[in-house]
Amino acid sequence: MKVLVPVKRVIDYNVKVRVKSDESGVDLANVKMSMNPFDEISVEEAVRLKEKGAVEEIVVVSIGPQQAQETLRTALAMGADRGILVKTDDTVEPLAVAKILKGVVEEESPNLVILGKQAIDDDSNQTGQMLAALLDWPQATFASEVVLEDGKATVTREIDGGLQTLALETPAIVTTDLRLNEPRYASLPNIMKAKKKPIDEKAPGDYGVETAARLSVVKVTEPPQREAGEKVEDVAELVSKLKSKGAL
Amino acid sequence: MAVLVIADHDNESLFDATHKTVTAAQAFGGDIDVLVAGKDAGAVAEAAGKIDGVRKVLHAEGEAYEKQLAEAMEALIVPLMDGYDAVFAPATTMGKNCMPRVAAKLDVMQISDISGIEGTDTFERPIYAGNAIMTVKSSDAKKVVTVRGTSFDAAGEGGSASVETIDAPAGPFKSAFVEEKIVQSDRPELTSAKRVVSGGRALGSKEEFDRLIVPLADKLGAAVGASRAAVDAGYAPNDYQVGQTGKIVAPEVYFAIGISGAIQHLAGMKDSKVIVAINKDEEAPIFQVADYGLVADLFNAVPELTDAL
Ligand SMILES: Cc1cc2nc3c(=O)[nH]c(=O)nc-3n(C[C@H](O)[C@H](O)[C@H](O)COP(=O)(O)OP(=O)(O)OC[C@H]3O[C@@H](n4cnc5c(N)ncnc54)[C@H](O)[C@@H]3O)c2cc1C
Ligand SMILES: Cc1cc2nc3c(=O)[nH]c(=O)nc-3n(C[C@H](O)[C@H](O)[C@H](O)COP(=O)(O)OP(=O)(O)OC[C@H]3O[C@@H](n4cnc5c(N)ncnc54)[C@H](O)[C@@H]3O)c2cc1C
Repeated sequence: MKVLVPVKRVIDYNVKVRVKSDESGVDLANVKMSMNPFDEISVEEAVRLKEKGAVEEIVVVSIGPQQAQETLRTALAMGADRGILVKTDDTVEPLAVAKILKGVVEEESPNLVILGKQAIDDDSNQTGQMLAALLDWPQATFASEVVLEDGKATVTREIDGGLQTLALETPAIVTTDLRLNEPRYASLPNIMKAKKKPIDEKAPGDYGVETAARLSVVKVTEPPQREAGEKVEDVAELVSKLKSKGAL
Repeated sequence: MAVLVIADHDNESLFDATHKTVTAAQAFGGDIDVLVAGKDAGAVAEAAGKIDGVRKVLHAEGEAYEKQLAEAMEALIVPLMDGYDAVFAPATTMGKNCMPRVAAKLDVMQISDISGIEGTDTFERPIYAGNAIMTVKSSDAKKVVTVRGTSFDAAGEGGSASVETIDAPAGPFKSAFVEEKIVQSDRPELTSAKRVVSGGRALGSKEEFDRLIVPLADKLGAAVGASRAAVDAGYAPNDYQVGQTGKIVAPEVYFAIGISGAIQHLAGMKDSKVIVAINKDEEAPIFQVADYGLVADLFNAVPELTDAL
């Protein structure tokens, strides 16, 4: 079995973003960038499947600028075997990302593609589902457990009311949720080893994909700010304040 | 113009998220039809016909629709889109799961989790855990949209739209439903509850969570929520998680108990009308958004509060 894991370079989850004063976007200059946390979970899952012997090879792919190579190196240090950088300096929307990934899938023929359920910058939550549709593959989104057996993937999903289990024929798409696993930190020797692992460089054009945006950003603004309220002394004061506010 | 709204339901009752999505579709404009895809979901189709502003209900039945499997929903919705300019679904796990497939097949970019509408091609949506609001304009001919429930009021129920039965593709599909573990509870549903009581890591165990948070919620007739830390530690089930990557809530009053107020948590509750925080650390960031903050040990304050109500 071969697994493909797309990884996205995003603003680090600890950074509180600032909206630019000209409302053109958020200020990304000099902010810390990291692998999308859900993608770390995807890489970890692939590595665990490999450690269990269910998977032979893990290929990671990122679509983005030259620096996305660092994100690929992180994934290689966690245990992926090789990387593909589809280099572009444009902002690529999920639909175009999915089309590029379709091209990669056609070249690599993985049995499973594991993506994050959402990227924490744009919070779109669509790339994996779009890829599944473009390939006419089955999907299991928001996974909290993945079992590979006899060419089938049995996936437990976090849904609104609780948990749901689906059985998928492979090849299939899985998107990861928070409870799937706890990603490892790469060890220093593995970081050194990762430097020698191969990364192929490609362009969106190699897959015949046009990345022109369908959505244009009119503006990016600050949400309404909430003011800190008051501190209450004790429970009795809290209850009386809530009552007078009509909140109880 | 015409808009297709995808109903979210469990074959017995129609979820409130559907009514909110209809309100968003009304702001977009045009005739509104609601698709109810399910199994033995006749009562749900009837209920959808009662939503104000609905022209007609399309009712599709089949095994694969009992759990609204994504592939089946794609196969059902895509051909219907010949007759519509837009398709709107709630940004529930159903909508998030199914709609991007429809968008990809129509070759359009989905506009996810909208919080506002400024015309037939321009939408507002929160990004970066709600720390920025992006206004986007779509150049696609057809719009595929998911709707953030807390940003739109539920449409009323005074309508009497007709229900039309339509054929649904029967497969075979490459995924199959195995089982579901749904927690049955008499408590209000988290995303539409008027009151929410959430507990965090400070509770320390499932036993303490159940001993302190649950009775307070019961006293208030509130839904129970949790921080990611509390869910990860097993104090509460996964579907209780409030936040950027969990559920978005905006109740009349939200109690954050032993929750520090990380941006990912705030993203899920900062539109609540009144926020109450109980935390023993007076510097906790949750106090920066709380209307009423009580600096106290929750193990004393919560039982006291429950008794006082
Ligand atoms: C402030 C701001 C301004 C923007 N401006 C523009 C603009 O001017 N024009 C424009 O077209 N778009 C713009 N965008 C949109 C944006 O760049 C992308 O469309 C969006 O980041 C992709 O959605 P997502 O990553 O949230 O997808 P999701 O569907 O949430 O991502 C899910 C998963 O898909 C995979 N994935 C996604 N992207 C990649 C990738 N690049 N490489 C590898 N795997 C990936 C990962 O596994 C990820 O976990 C803007 C966004 C922001 C926040
Ligand atoms: C990709 C990603 C997505 C995430 N998504 C979410 C999400 O959707 N929702 C979410 O909630 N988090 C999310 N998080 C996690 C988030 O960053 C925080 O780690 C989490 O919210 C912390 O939970 P907490 O407030 O319960 O715990 P802590 O931050 O540990 O806070 C516990 C608080 O309890 C207080 N306390 C301790 N003892 C007592 C006592 N006896 N009485 C009163 N107060 C006490 C402490 O002062 C502290 O403020 C996400 C993180 C990542 C990386």
